[in-house]
Amino acid sequence: MKLTVDQLSTTIEQKSIIDQITMFVESGQFVGIIGPNGSGKSTLLKTIYRILRPNAGLVSLNNEDILKFSHKEFARSMAVVAQEGSAPFDFTVEEIVLMGRSPHKRFFERDTLEDAYFTRTALVKVGLEGYSDRSFSTLSGGEKQRVLIARALVQKASFLILDEPTNHLDIHHQLHILDIIRKLGVSTLAAIHDLNLAAAYCDVIYVINEGEIVKHGTPSEVVTRSMLKEIFKVDCTVTTHPITGKLQISYVSEGMYKGSTLSQTPDTTVG
Amino acid sequence: MESLRKNDVGDLLFNEEEKNREDRGRKAKAKVYQVLLATLILLLLFSMTVSIMLGPISISPFTVWKIALSKVPFIENLIIQDWAKAQEQIIWEIRFPRVILGAVVGAGLAIVGVAIQALVRNSLADPFILGVSSGASVGATLVIIFGAFKLFGQYALSLAAFLGAMISVFLVFLVAQVNGRISTVRLLLSGIAISMMLSAMTSYIVISAPREEGMRDALFWMMGSLAGAKWEQLSIPFFSLLMGIGLLLFFARPLNLLLIGEQTASTLGLNIDIFKKILMLVTALLTGVLVAVSGAIGFIGLMVPHVVRLFVGSDHRYVLPVSALIGAIFLIWADVVARIIVAPQELPIGIVTALCGGPFFIWLLRRNSYSFGEGDGK
Repeated sequence: MKLTVDQLSTTIEQKSIIDQITMFVESGQFVGIIGPNGSGKSTLLKTIYRILRPNAGLVSLNNEDILKFSHKEFARSMAVVAQEGSAPFDFTVEEIVLMGRSPHKRFFERDTLEDAYFTRTALVKVGLEGYSDRSFSTLSGGEKQRVLIARALVQKASFLILDEPTNHLDIHHQLHILDIIRKLGVSTLAAIHDLNLAAAYCDVIYVINEGEIVKHGTPSEVVTRSMLKEIFKVDCTVTTHPITGKLQISYVSEGMYKGSTLSQTPDTTVG
Repeated sequence: MESLRKNDVGDLLFNEEEKNREDRGRKAKAKVYQVLLATLILLLLFSMTVSIMLGPISISPFTVWKIALSKVPFIENLIIQDWAKAQEQIIWEIRFPRVILGAVVGAGLAIVGVAIQALVRNSLADPFILGVSSGASVGATLVIIFGAFKLFGQYALSLAAFLGAMISVFLVFLVAQVNGRISTVRLLLSGIAISMMLSAMTSYIVISAPREEGMRDALFWMMGSLAGAKWEQLSIPFFSLLMGIGLLLFFARPLNLLLIGEQTASTLGLNIDIFKKILMLVTALLTGVLVAVSGAIGFIGLMVPHVVRLFVGSDHRYVLPVSALIGAIFLIWADVVARIIVAPQELPIGIVTALCGGPFFIWLLRRNSYSFGEGDGK
């Protein structure tokens, strides 16, 4: 499923947060959005998944305006994994995942054997087999996040949005979750905080700053020393990873030297 | 099975054995739940019987049931009338309506408690959090103390209480709504603010009572009571309860979604803004009706949902019916205590629910296994 964002602007309390954003996610692509804090990443995603209403512009899935979808239709087309919030009361892992079936259900319709299969399949895919009856609140951050991905899987949507889902996780879980999602091969739009991960996993990256897209393209086109300096205000070297062949950002900052200054930075390969 | 393989993006297949295991697991769960419901229904009938038997004139359980069955068309001919007319009078005209009202109010307050806790996503919420009881109190005290709404005769009190409740919820709704959306925090806080203002009005009405006994009656009403229940007053609460349970069960899935967060619920296909408004309307109407006939009986709508979640988890498909039954049983016993503990006087039932419920709730709090809504509690 392909996503088109055309000149999208969103204003929150008279303040323009994103302005005339245009972007594309082709079918099967994994597209990343990167940008400093407060750049409008989250607002952009929330406008795309209909939590916020745009002031102007159009978002369409397979050339259909998303605002014309009913709530359930939309949830059948697009699944969202955001940072986990806590529920005021506890549910089991199975109950949480089964909620992903809601957009496929009519009122009063019960969970079927098929729903149970989807749930189990999804839990196996995220590496949580045998967790069905565990209570959600007792899981670790990484496990919770994987449960939410399982829930997105049973939604059977053909477009996936990740709203910084790996922020609080340790590196092992971050890699694991991105591996799972890449393996799915479903069209994905993801806000990713860690630039190395974005460079390693995305097909296309959009850079957003102060509410506008300032750059986009493949990781090697976008992730450059000058972009990182200009947008993220960091010095770094960008090299090629010896094993994966992906880009590798190494940050350089004043405090990293023993009593020396940046002017002594060794020669670097400029990306 | 073939269709499943095609449907699923992944590469997992279930064999016959796994399919059977899954099926058996589901059936076993359903069975446990059915047994629980059946047990609670029996317990409810038992509680009603005992409650009717007890009183200044004790009556045997057989007589209770014979009188009940003698009122049922067709079966009535099979019952041999071996009881005194006076007994029938007491049981059928006084004790039966009272115990049924108790069951209806208990069940109703419990399910409203469940729904309100989901609506505001807060474990401290109870049916009165949106100002229903304080609004009703203004109406009721006006009738009790100043004899307002004389025009409506014996229905003046219920009507005034209901109107007061509706006005107060409507005010809360107006304050909480911004741009067509209701924010949860705003809802809670405006509920508290409106309640405070209306409580102040009630206090003013009560202290300006011309007669001492008016004050006492008003206080008694505010603590809630099932005394004076009559058959002809039962039908509105009863059908409101049935509709309330039906609607909330109909919304069981959206209620679950609401609990895990508004944005998540929205991404899972729920129209949050409309659903919250419907939920407010349903709970306000049902609570208003219940308060109008029984006063503001506290604690039950706060406590029962927590107790029930402890046993059946948070899924509203199970929480709602079990809460209704436990709420009904609890209120019937609270009424028994209220009637006999200081006989021939009666205690307001709200005192009993708080005094019995409080220690139980504290015991629950001290247990480690229930988190009371602190998501990460153990």
